[in-house]
Amino acid sequence: MAKEQLATQQAPGTSSPKPKMHVPAEQVAYAKMINYGQWIGVGILVVTFFIYMSGIMPGLVAPEQVAQTWNLSATEFLEVNQLPHGWAWLGMLGYGNFLSLLGIAWLAVLTIVAYLAFLVPAYMKQKDIPFLTIVIVEVLVLTLAASGILGSGGH
Amino acid sequence: MLNTLTEKFNEFTLAVSTAMPDVANSVSAAAGTPDSPWWIWPIILFVTTFVLGIIAVLAGVGGGVLFVPIVGSFFPFHLDFVRGAGLIVALAGALAAGPGLLRKGLANLRLALPVALIASTFSIVGAFIGLALPQDILQMALGVTICAIATLFIFSKNSDKPNVPGPDGLAKSLKISGTYVEETTGKAVDWTIHRTIKGYLTFIMIGLIAGMFGLGAGWANVPVLNLLMGAPLKLAVGSSKFLLSITDTSAAWIYINNGAVIPIIAVPSVLGIMMGSQVGVKLLSKSKPKAVRYLVIGMLMFAGITSFLKGMGVM
Repeated sequence: MAKEQLATQQAPGTSSPKPKMHVPAEQVAYAKMINYGQWIGVGILVVTFFIYMSGIMPGLVAPEQVAQTWNLSATEFLEVNQLPHGWAWLGMLGYGNFLSLLGIAWLAVLTIVAYLAFLVPAYMKQKDIPFLTIVIVEVLVLTLAASGILGSGGH
Repeated sequence: MLNTLTEKFNEFTLAVSTAMPDVANSVSAAAGTPDSPWWIWPIILFVTTFVLGIIAVLAGVGGGVLFVPIVGSFFPFHLDFVRGAGLIVALAGALAAGPGLLRKGLANLRLALPVALIASTFSIVGAFIGLALPQDILQMALGVTICAIATLFIFSKNSDKPNVPGPDGLAKSLKISGTYVEETTGKAVDWTIHRTIKGYLTFIMIGLIAGMFGLGAGWANVPVLNLLMGAPLKLAVGSSKFLLSITDTSAAWIYINNGAVIPIIAVPSVLGIMMGSQVGVKLLSKSKPKAVRYLVIGMLMFAGITSFLKGMGVM
């Protein structure tokens, strides 16, 4: 049984405590990391988007040009604006539009990091083989999706 | 026949617009002005998604299920970008709401992790299917799906505390059970689940649809966890919101890697939904699930019909 956090809740206007909620420690730790992580992600999104929109760091494609082509499919949009797909954007962070993707990528990678940081060690420590297997396979699935190995779809 | 349908639809549009006057009127005004400056759209997107963020958390659905049909129907973006942003929106909303739900015990890891694995795996397949389909077909399919979701909400009768005689073999071996405190009554509620294999198989389809349409999957997670598998409603809603953060991560990466996520659309949407979700999660423990359901049913029906007509070329 996992070490648990006990949260006593007091009913308004009464002195008798309500039943205690049992929340596993790994669940609380996971929640804390996601909470901090998503706020950092918001910070990155706000700052990088401001940098892009204000023109401090112009995009490879100007916002006006993006607006003229956002009615095209993703494949056509990339072709017309001569933009890369996959992870190539990571090498082009000097452009505002790619810099703005950093916060989005951060949010999309948080779950993978939280699994590795808290859930894998917790279930390993508890010798909970079924859930250890589940979280390891999940990390592999998410990493595979993020890697771009699976290739591109497109119309 | 078509005129009557259009008339009825316009009446319905008006009713929903009354419910969300500022947002709906702004979108209508901008949509009717082809010469609108480009920057008006990110601003309207931000306001729209802020409102959707609040409603999504209260209803236990991903922001994507409201975002995709509404933005896909009324904004000038290709559906690829709307679905890509929809997944990021659903992901961000889930990440914003998840920690509070996990800490309060309203989301449960043992309930959510196995279904998250199934749904996230098949959402990758769904994402590739969605990116391969033509826009008009996808728009119509989206409309039908959204209307089906609204119908599901109308006819499915969620149960605050389903009667589960006991855990089945799989639930027992995975130790999927626990206790949570119902804040409105102060009582401890013991829970477990049954029909686990059937539930897990259903999450294959949920994952496919979530990835294909960029919808998130709260609309399906909640009834399956609650009605089919027997998890208490509040736990189903909370766990659904948490597992969206996992399901949508995998599909989101497929859209990112295919260039279907562009910051001008995604960032204002994400910021709006995250701020809205923070407000929503504060209201969740004291909310009345039924009242929120009616609001969501209306919005989904409105958005679904609009999407279908747009795919048909009527709008």
